[in-house]
Amino acid sequence: MKKTFKLNGLECANCAAKMEQAIGKLEGVQNATVNFMTTKLVIEAEEDKLPAIVEAAEKIVKKIEPDVVLIKA
Amino acid sequence: MRKRLIRIVAGGVVLAVAMILRLENPLLDLAIYLVSYIIVGWDVVFKAVKNIFRGRVFDENFLMSIATIGAFFVGEYPEGVAVMLFYLVGETFQSYAVDRSRKSIAELMDIRPDYANVKHGEELVKTDPDDVKIGDIIVIKAGERIPLDGRVIEGSSMVDTSALTGESVPREITVGSELLSGCINISGVITAEVQKEFSESTVSKILDLVENASSKKSKSEQFITRFARYYTPVVVGLAVLLAVIPPLVIQGAAFSDWIYRALAFLVVSCPCALVVSIPLSFFGGIGGASRNGILIKGSNYLEALAQTEIVVFDKTGTLTKGVFNVQEIHAEQMPEQDLLELTAYAESYSNHPISLSLKRAYSKDIDNSRISDVEELSGFGVKATVDGKRVSAGNKKLMERLGIPCAADDLGGTVVHVAVDNSYAGYIVIADELKEDAIKAIRELKAANIRQTVMLTGDNESAAQKAAKALGLDKYYANLLPADKVARLEELYNEKTAKGKLAFIGDGINDAPVLARADIGIAMGGLGSDAAIEAADVVIMTDEPSKIASAIRVAKKTLGIARQNTIFSLGVKIAVLILSAMGLASLWWAVFADVGVTVIAVLNSFRALAIKKI
Repeated sequence: MKKTFKLNGLECANCAAKMEQAIGKLEGVQNATVNFMTTKLVIEAEEDKLPAIVEAAEKIVKKIEPDVVLIKA
Repeated sequence: MRKRLIRIVAGGVVLAVAMILRLENPLLDLAIYLVSYIIVGWDVVFKAVKNIFRGRVFDENFLMSIATIGAFFVGEYPEGVAVMLFYLVGETFQSYAVDRSRKSIAELMDIRPDYANVKHGEELVKTDPDDVKIGDIIVIKAGERIPLDGRVIEGSSMVDTSALTGESVPREITVGSELLSGCINISGVITAEVQKEFSESTVSKILDLVENASSKKSKSEQFITRFARYYTPVVVGLAVLLAVIPPLVIQGAAFSDWIYRALAFLVVSCPCALVVSIPLSFFGGIGGASRNGILIKGSNYLEALAQTEIVVFDKTGTLTKGVFNVQEIHAEQMPEQDLLELTAYAESYSNHPISLSLKRAYSKDIDNSRISDVEELSGFGVKATVDGKRVSAGNKKLMERLGIPCAADDLGGTVVHVAVDNSYAGYIVIADELKEDAIKAIRELKAANIRQTVMLTGDNESAAQKAAKALGLDKYYANLLPADKVARLEELYNEKTAKGKLAFIGDGINDAPVLARADIGIAMGGLGSDAAIEAADVVIMTDEPSKIASAIRVAKKTLGIARQNTIFSLGVKIAVLILSAMGLASLWWAVFADVGVTVIAVLNSFRALAIKKI
């Protein structure tokens, strides 16, 4: 199951790399990519765990770059 | 953005005032500098504090706050303010640059249709392409973008495919033509039946591919990410050591002096320049290539393309048009046109590609009443009576069977020998034509320092040799079965250096195993062919083999830019670190090594984006 989100306000490329790494380590995530240029986050994960993963991802994003808003695309 | 600018200007003015006045009273002096510092830097400090409570130490804001507040403590008020000021200027410029490059990337990918005109009875309803279903009838007016893949049921027009192929020549479409989403309808109104949902349509697939290409990271990107993870903690650690150890060890060393040097370390410790500019270059290269009808499925493939040493081609459909045509007529007893006529008649019942090409060359209608007693001899040819003459047309084996001596068969291509009333009448050579740009393709590859160009083909030796010679290829292998092609590829792997890469170019339909085995599998003529897009690492949307050289050039340019950025940013940072440790560089230098370098690196990676025509 693949889900795409938009990261509005993403300004720091290093932060994008950190987000990618942290979200990728979440349980149940097969693959996570943050594209700094298109400001898109793609999470590939098991479907039943997805709601929890999205919630956790949102927290990670907020922690790393507080001004970023995660929007479902 | 505007607020930031006002703060920069206001803070700058106050700083200038403070520097000009040089107040005698130390408290008043400090007060003015503090005012300008607060104007410029309050939110950076605020963010730093907030982030610490969130458990996020070592972010940029924190480092800058420590560095500037530290400067105040060692008595360097002007520098404390100035570093913050320049940090802000740099950040503003950097976000402007990132913004601009995001916009140009968005422009590059601005092929997404906004709406579809769906026909409900007599009414046209503007609908989101996502909501259109297969079988719906859509109308595309002149100037509009084709929203979904479909088939024309009414009207004819010209379409501009340049957004997908990079090719500026418009294509003609009429009733029955396939419509590809993303193209622009130039002239007439066309009505079409939708054949694929939006998410499965060409335009979505291409956008998806380009956007996700950066998830397959190149080695240089992986290096940067790994490097960035260690760089900041290491530099910060060094800064702490630098502030504490020398004053304790060296006799007479002042704490303030070494703290000042350590502050410079903190300013330089952000790896931003690298982390922004490398992926930006790759993204730019991939985006620029896609504009030219070359889809590269990942940064890793772009990197591999730049290291290509051997390029292996499939022949039919890749270097040649894949359409058989009469190339040469050699008649012995009659005019050439008569020989062609007799042969075309004799072969007229067959649908074999060879017969079709004969009929095409003859170009007049076949009058069936002139033919009788047609006898097909599988594996040999055909016999028929045409205008009362007994015509036999076929390969050399047929002539041998009839006991008629004929010319040798190393004529390059497929040869149809013809006998009339049991005496030899001549032969017709039918061959696949080379594509117009095939010779240019090979020449440009050589110019791009490709060490070997090789052709693999299932065709016979003479046809292969002729094509290889005309093209100037280094090597060819003929008479190959599909399985043999993989084996030949394996052999070729031994001829490249360890770092070099091997690319295979085919039509993506019947050479999937070879495409998969090559370091870089390139499929040609990808426009409208899902199979080719699936199977390959790089897809050339048009039928032009010369695009391969373009792809390699884009790759080399992109890699070059990425390398320049890496060396430049790392070089400046390391130099400034060393100089500040020795006490030779001021905080001003450190600010340059941080934001200045980032801005320059980002501007440099713009060049990769600027690849429009190659």
